[in-house]
Amino acid sequence: MDPDRKRKIRLVVALGVAVLLAGALVYTSFSASTEAKQPSQLLNAAPGSSYDLTGRVVKGSVRHRGEGIRFRVADRDDPSQSIPVTYSGTIPDPFRGGREIVLTGTVERGVFVGERDTLVTKCPSKFTTEGSGANEG
Amino acid sequence: MKADLGSVALALAFLTAVGAAVAALAGRDGNRRWVDLSRRAVYGLCALLTLCVVLIEIAFASDDFSLNIVQQHSSLETPAFYKLAAMWSSQEGSLLLWAWVLSIAASLALYATRNKLREIVPYATAVMAGVAAFFTGLMLFAGGVNPFASLSPAPADGIGLNPLLQHPSMMIHPPMLYSGYVALTIPFAFAIGALIARRLDAAWIRSTRRFALIAWAFLGFGLLLGARWSYTELGWGGYWAWDPVENAALMPWLMATAFLHSIMVQEKRGMLKVWNACLIVGTFSLALLGTFLVRSGVLQSIHAFGDSTVGPYILGLIAVVLIGSTALIVSRLDDLRSEKRIDSLASREAVFLVNNLLLVAITAVIFWGTFFPLISELFTGEKSSLAAPWFDSYTTPLAIALVLFTGIGPLLAWRRVSWASARRVFLVPTVIATVVALGLVLFTDAADSPWALALFAFAAFALTGLAQEFWRGAAARRALRGGSLPAALVAIVSRNRRRYGGYIVHVGVVVLLIGIAASSSFQTNRDVRLRPGESAVIDGRTVTYERPTVSVNDNAITLGAVLSVEQDGKRFLLEPSRRFFRPTGVETGTIGSFFDGEATSEVGLRAGPGSDLWTAVQPDISALSRRVRAADRGFRECVSGAAGSPPQCRAVSRLMRAAAANPRLRPFALAQIDSLQAAVAQRLARTYLTDTAPATFRVIVDPLVTWIWVGGLIALCGALIALWPARSARRRPVADTELEALKEAKYREIRDAELDHAAGKLSDEDFALLDAELRREAVEILDRANGDGRPKQQPAEPV
Repeated sequence: MDPDRKRKIRLVVALGVAVLLAGALVYTSFSASTEAKQPSQLLNAAPGSSYDLTGRVVKGSVRHRGEGIRFRVADRDDPSQSIPVTYSGTIPDPFRGGREIVLTGTVERGVFVGERDTLVTKCPSKFTTEGSGANEG
Repeated sequence: MKADLGSVALALAFLTAVGAAVAALAGRDGNRRWVDLSRRAVYGLCALLTLCVVLIEIAFASDDFSLNIVQQHSSLETPAFYKLAAMWSSQEGSLLLWAWVLSIAASLALYATRNKLREIVPYATAVMAGVAAFFTGLMLFAGGVNPFASLSPAPADGIGLNPLLQHPSMMIHPPMLYSGYVALTIPFAFAIGALIARRLDAAWIRSTRRFALIAWAFLGFGLLLGARWSYTELGWGGYWAWDPVENAALMPWLMATAFLHSIMVQEKRGMLKVWNACLIVGTFSLALLGTFLVRSGVLQSIHAFGDSTVGPYILGLIAVVLIGSTALIVSRLDDLRSEKRIDSLASREAVFLVNNLLLVAITAVIFWGTFFPLISELFTGEKSSLAAPWFDSYTTPLAIALVLFTGIGPLLAWRRVSWASARRVFLVPTVIATVVALGLVLFTDAADSPWALALFAFAAFALTGLAQEFWRGAAARRALRGGSLPAALVAIVSRNRRRYGGYIVHVGVVVLLIGIAASSSFQTNRDVRLRPGESAVIDGRTVTYERPTVSVNDNAITLGAVLSVEQDGKRFLLEPSRRFFRPTGVETGTIGSFFDGEATSEVGLRAGPGSDLWTAVQPDISALSRRVRAADRGFRECVSGAAGSPPQCRAVSRLMRAAAANPRLRPFALAQIDSLQAAVAQRLARTYLTDTAPATFRVIVDPLVTWIWVGGLIALCGALIALWPARSARRRPVADTELEALKEAKYREIRDAELDHAAGKLSDEDFALLDAELRREAVEILDRANGDGRPKQQPAEPV
C-alpha cells in the first residue's frame, strides 16, 4: 500500500480511538459524579439520594457521641442556613468548628447522615484569628 | 528599614526584569552588546531577588513583626527551623520564591548558553525576563501580596505557623514543587525562542534538556514528600486522594515525563517537532495552572489557601501563553516538518510515541476530572465532583499499559529492529513475567485483583528487561576490557549516564507502581473500638489496647494509647496519639478551647519490607468534654464572684475587678486567668487516664507500601545520575560550537548502536545497516564543519 495512504489510515484509526475514549470519559464522568450542595439547598432534599454536602462547620457545634460526632454545617456565605449532621469514621486532623468540609451522605428526617470515612476537611495553610474566617479556608 | 530596603529592591527587580526583556529584544538581530546587557540584567535580577529573600528571612529569624508576612506566619514560639521555612507558607512569600527561583534558573541557563544558540537566546531571555517581570509586578501591583507590607505599630507577637504544617517534609515540599514549576520555564522559553527564530533543530533541546530533567526531579520529589506527609501526618492512612492541588502537581510531572522521552526522538531522529513544541507549551501552562489552583480557590480542595487577588492575573498569563504559543506553532508548521519518519513500529521511537500518548491520555483524564466541577456547572448548572474511584478506573489501565511499554522501550534499538533480534531480547523477560504471574496466581490471592496481577506481571517484565540491559551491557564491556562485573557495571553507567540513569529511573518508577498497586489493592483497613485491655485480630495480627496515655506541655495536650501487637510470633508496641494544640493568637477565655484548637494525629507505624502496620487513634473524649464543660461553668461562676466559691476564686474575681478598673492591669489579669485555665485543662486531661473510655483505632495493614518511598528515591538517584555531567563535558565546560555539539551527539549515537550490538539487542545485519547510516550522517556533519565552519541555517536534508 502507498505509505502516505497507510499513514492516513493509521491517523484516522488513532483519532477514532481517541474520540471514542473521550466520549466514554465524558459519559462516565457525568454519571459517576455527585452533586455538591450547600445546607440551604438540602433543607428540602429528597430522602434517599446521595449528595456531597459542602459548607462550614458551625463553631462550637461539634459534640462527640460515642463512636461518632454530631455537628452543624452552615452555608459558606450565610451562617443562618444550617443543617445538623451525624458522622462516624475517621475525622481528618484539620476538622474543627469554622472549617470548610465536604461530606458525602444522605438526608434522613432533616439530618444529614454522612457516609463512613468520606469527611474531607480543607487544610488551612495558616492560622487565622477568630472572626476573620473569610480569609480562612 | 527592612521594609523600605526590600521595597526598593523589589521595585528595582521589576524594572530590571522589564529592562532585560527589552534589551534582549533589541539584540534579536545578533547585536552582542544588547544581548550581553540583557544577560547581565538577568544576573542582576537574581542578585536583587536574592537580597529580597535574605531580608525576609532575616525578618523571620529576628521576629520582626513589623512586617505583615512575619506577623501572619510566625510567632515568638515558632521553632527556629520553621521560622526560616515560614516564608513560603504565605502567598506573597511563595510568589517571591517563584520569582527568585526563576531568576536563578534563568541565570544558570543563560550562563550555560552564553556562547551558543545566538538566534534563540535573545527571545528566550525575553520570555524568561517577561515571566519574572510578571511575578515581581504581581507582588508590587496586585495588592495585598507585597512581601514587604509593614504594620505600624509593630505587634508584640505573631500568629504563628499552623502546627499541621510543622513537619520537616512539609517545609521542603512546597519549595520543591515550586522549583519544579519554575524550572519548566527554561525549556519553554527556549522552545519559544527556537520557534520565533525558526531554528527548529535539536539545538535548543540539547541546551535545556537538563532543566526539564531538573524540573521533573523536583516535581517528582515534591509529590513524593507530599504523599509521605499525608501518610504519616494526616491520620487517614492514605498517600493520594486525587485532590485538585495534588493533581495540579501531577499533571505537569506527567507531561514533563512525556516531554523528556519525546525530545530524545527529536534529538536523535529529527521527528515529533510539533509534538514537542505542543508538549512543552502544555507542560508550562499546566505548571502555571498549578500555581493558579493553589492560589485561587476555584476548586474545592483539601488544600485551602484563601481566595486571593492574584488568581485572575495568573489565569490571564495562562491565556496569553496558550494563545500566543498556539499561534506561533501554527505559523511555524512548515519549519516543524519532521526530517525523517518512523521506520518501523518495532523501534524505540515508536514505543516512545506510544508512551507519550499514554502519558498525555492520563494527563487528559486527570485534567477532566479535576476541572469537572467547573465543567458540570457550565452544562448542568450544578457543581458536581468526581471521586477517587472514577480517577482510578481510568488511570489504572493506562498506568498498567505504561508499565508494559516502559518494559518494551529499553529493549528495542533506535530506528528498527528485526524480529529475530527482538525475539532474543524479549525471551527472558517474557518467561520471567509469565513465571511471576503464574506464581502469584498459585501461591497468593493476587488473582483477586486482575489489574494488580497484570501490573505485577508487566512490572516483572520491565524489571527483568532492565536487569538484562545492565547485565548485557556489563558483559559486553567485560568482553572488550575485562575486569570484574561490578567494575564493568560502574564503567558502563558512568560512560553512558543518560541511558543508564534513565534505566535506573525506570526501575524506581516500576518499584513505586508495584508499591501503589499492592497497597491499594490488598490493603486491610479496619476501624476498631477498644477499651483498655481489649484486643482485636486484624489480618493475623493481635492488636491489644494496653492503656491510655496523656502528656501535656506548654502548647499541646496529647491523648494517646499504647498498643501491643503480636505479629508472626513477635511482640512490639505502637503508640499512636492525637495532639490537641493550644489555639494561639486568640483570647481563649474557656477551658474547652484548649481542646478545640488544631489537632493532629501522630500515627503509630511499624514499617517493613513486606507490609506496614499503620495505626491511628481517635480518643473518645465525650466524658472528658463533659467535665471540661462543667469546669467552664464553675469558672464562670467563680469569676462572677458567686457566694460560697473557694478562695482561689475570690483571688481571680478580685483580679478581674482590678483589671476592669485599670486597663493597664488587663493583659496581666488575662494572662493569669489564661495560665490558670491552662493548668485546669491539663489537670482535666490527665483524668482521661482513669476514664477507661473506649477509643476508636484505625488499623491498616498496607502491603509493600514502603516500596513507594524506596522506588521514589531510586528514581531520584537515577535522575541525578542522568543529570551528572559526563567527564568529557566537565573537562570542556562549553561545547565550542553548535556543530561540535551535533558531532558529539552523532558520535554518542554511534556508540549507542555499538553498545546495543555488543549487548545483542541488534542483530549483525541490523547493526551493519544502522552503522552505515549513522556514519554517513556523521560524515555529513564533518563535511559541514570543515566547509565554511558555520552551521547552515537548515538542518540536514532528510536521508
